[in-house]
Amino acid sequence: MTELSAHLPQFQHGQLTENFPDTHLSNTNDNSERRRHDNSERRRNDNAESETNGQPQNNVQQVVEQDEEEDEELTLKYGAKHVIMLFVPVTLCMVVVVATIKSVSFYTRKDGQLIYTPFTEETETVGQRALNSILNAAIMISVIIVMTILLVVLYKYRCYKVIHGWLIISSLLLLFFFSFIYLGEVFKTYNVAMDYITVALMIWNFGVVGMICIHWKGPLRLQQAYLIMISALMALVFIKYLPEWTAWLILAVISVYDLVAVLCPKGPLRMLVETAQERNETLFPALIYSSTMIWLVNMAEEDPEAQRKSKNSSYDKQGPASRTQNEDAEADDGGFSQEWQRQRDNRIGPIESTPESRAAVQALPSNSQTSEDPEERGVKLGLGDFIFYSVLVGKASATASGDWNTTLACFVAILIGLCLTLLLLAIFKKALPALPISITFGLVFYFATDNLVQPFMDQLAFHQFYI
Amino acid sequence: MTLAVFFGCTFIAFGPAFGLFIFTIARDPLRIIILIAGAFFWLVSLLLSSLIWFIAVKASDPQDEQLQKGLLIFGVMFSVLLQEAFRFLYYKLLRKAIEGLVALSEDGCSPISIQQMAYVAGVGFGLMSGAFSMINLLADALGPGTVGIHGDSQLYFLTSAFMTMVLIFLHTFWGILFFHGCEHRRWWEIVAVVIMHLTVSGLSFCNPLYVGSLVPSYLLMAAAAAWAYLLSGGSAQNLRRFLLCLRSEASPQPGS
Repeated sequence: MTELSAHLPQFQHGQLTENFPDTHLSNTNDNSERRRHDNSERRRNDNAESETNGQPQNNVQQVVEQDEEEDEELTLKYGAKHVIMLFVPVTLCMVVVVATIKSVSFYTRKDGQLIYTPFTEETETVGQRALNSILNAAIMISVIIVMTILLVVLYKYRCYKVIHGWLIISSLLLLFFFSFIYLGEVFKTYNVAMDYITVALMIWNFGVVGMICIHWKGPLRLQQAYLIMISALMALVFIKYLPEWTAWLILAVISVYDLVAVLCPKGPLRMLVETAQERNETLFPALIYSSTMIWLVNMAEEDPEAQRKSKNSSYDKQGPASRTQNEDAEADDGGFSQEWQRQRDNRIGPIESTPESRAAVQALPSNSQTSEDPEERGVKLGLGDFIFYSVLVGKASATASGDWNTTLACFVAILIGLCLTLLLLAIFKKALPALPISITFGLVFYFATDNLVQPFMDQLAFHQFYI
Repeated sequence: MTLAVFFGCTFIAFGPAFGLFIFTIARDPLRIIILIAGAFFWLVSLLLSSLIWFIAVKASDPQDEQLQKGLLIFGVMFSVLLQEAFRFLYYKLLRKAIEGLVALSEDGCSPISIQQMAYVAGVGFGLMSGAFSMINLLADALGPGTVGIHGDSQLYFLTSAFMTMVLIFLHTFWGILFFHGCEHRRWWEIVAVVIMHLTVSGLSFCNPLYVGSLVPSYLLMAAAAAWAYLLSGGSAQNLRRFLLCLRSEASPQPGS
């Protein structure tokens, strides 16, 4: 269940239009409140292979919900820009995965299976293989469902520390261990002689900078690059350790699950989203790919929960839609918005050292930056989407007989699915699952191209006919 | 074989199209989406025509060479007709999209015109068609081997690359012509495009007699280019001005 949220900046042709200076702050406040009320993020953990280190790795996907009410007229124009903002990273991730699959043979070699897919596919009969793959897919999906429900429960009972610890451990695993293996395999493929000291230095730097960029603050492009890299690494793990039929089945079932979990009223993801909305806070910001950086907004955080969180885990970085600006719904406001109180506190000095006053000081510079806030918003896509798109394309390039034709067809299909999903997002303006349409198109095109188009193109190339 | 052939054929086949993409399409997100959607439509048409061909082949005797070749020719012709049908469907979709864009825009005019969309759609069709024809060949060209060792033509890769390039250009021009014909209800333009496409594909049946397939295809491409240029608002005068780098205050803007 991954969701997209599109933030529509309030500008046209690069200039602020409706926001005149005197009403500017209130406009942005209103808009950000509306956004806050509809924002929520959810994460889901995918379990990866654990045979090498015994620790289950969990990836969490987030769902971000965003309600766009401004600039109805400009929806499509922004839609185009946001679609490209997502096309590029998805394409990059797929290119990395396909390039690795084609060159590094490690990821296409069969070296066993994950413990989550215990049934082998090397069976005598087709029926047995089908049964085994169905069982494998069922086990994997149940693990994912259990993890999601666990996450929802943890979130509901405010066990933030557990969740953050979980996330930090998974990113540690990805950034250090998996990239170490990847680097090792690349060196083996190209026969590069390397010593452990250099490798240790490289992996250490890569990992530490990655942790900082992803969980705290960092340049936007670097953070995006790291997110793409860890998605690619995760996808490569799935491609290596999932047997064929199991992989296709899991892809199909996960899109259905995504659809159900995000759209059904009792779906775990939807519940997570709604809980986050009630509390007016964002979920876990570290595992969503965002095309813009709004961490300045985080400084103006009013929510005491969020303050605690930001103090504990320095999750300041992040997210478009993540931090809720203000809640005018606070009862003891006296009619003044928190924003106003902050400004007042700031002018006449804090009476006490409260989180609010601290935020006030921090809020000062960012208040002037809120004018850039609408422009900075972009689209967000959960990392799980990246991972499963890349798994599909990677599997297509690894196992298809049509080879590059199939890979290309799946690539175009996934991009078109993403485009359609964003179009639906622009129309419905609520959290949507990003997997179903793209994965359906991808699967259809994979099987059709591999079985129907490839023989046709083969014959055409043989006779050198052109269509 | 190896890298020289790979890079040579890649640049021959995709160089001009890549240049077109970089200079005219890559800047505008809307055009990129139209390009990818065009590629998608071509892909769907190919899928359907392969399905028909596959069914025909499965229903026939696999040993009969002549029959198989005949079925392949039928498949090619059917695929051409289906591609043009999907071009028409894409035209319909883009028309609707233009109406949507006009409704969504603030000043009542669409950020992209139907002529630009025609061009981009043509490039999309062409790129996808070229990619599907050429990519597996290019991948094979990277590896070891000798071209034509069993007595086939030694120019296989080169001619494939040239044919791909001409097809990409032709699809671009056909897109412009086709959409223009649909816009202005000139059915004879649409029929001309279909006939040209059938001709080019039919000429490829002459392969490996490349002079029979490549030369006429390039001539047809030149004709289509001139026609598309004229339809987009170009004229001999514009061309002269462009070539002589003359400036003029009131030169008509073609195709915008």
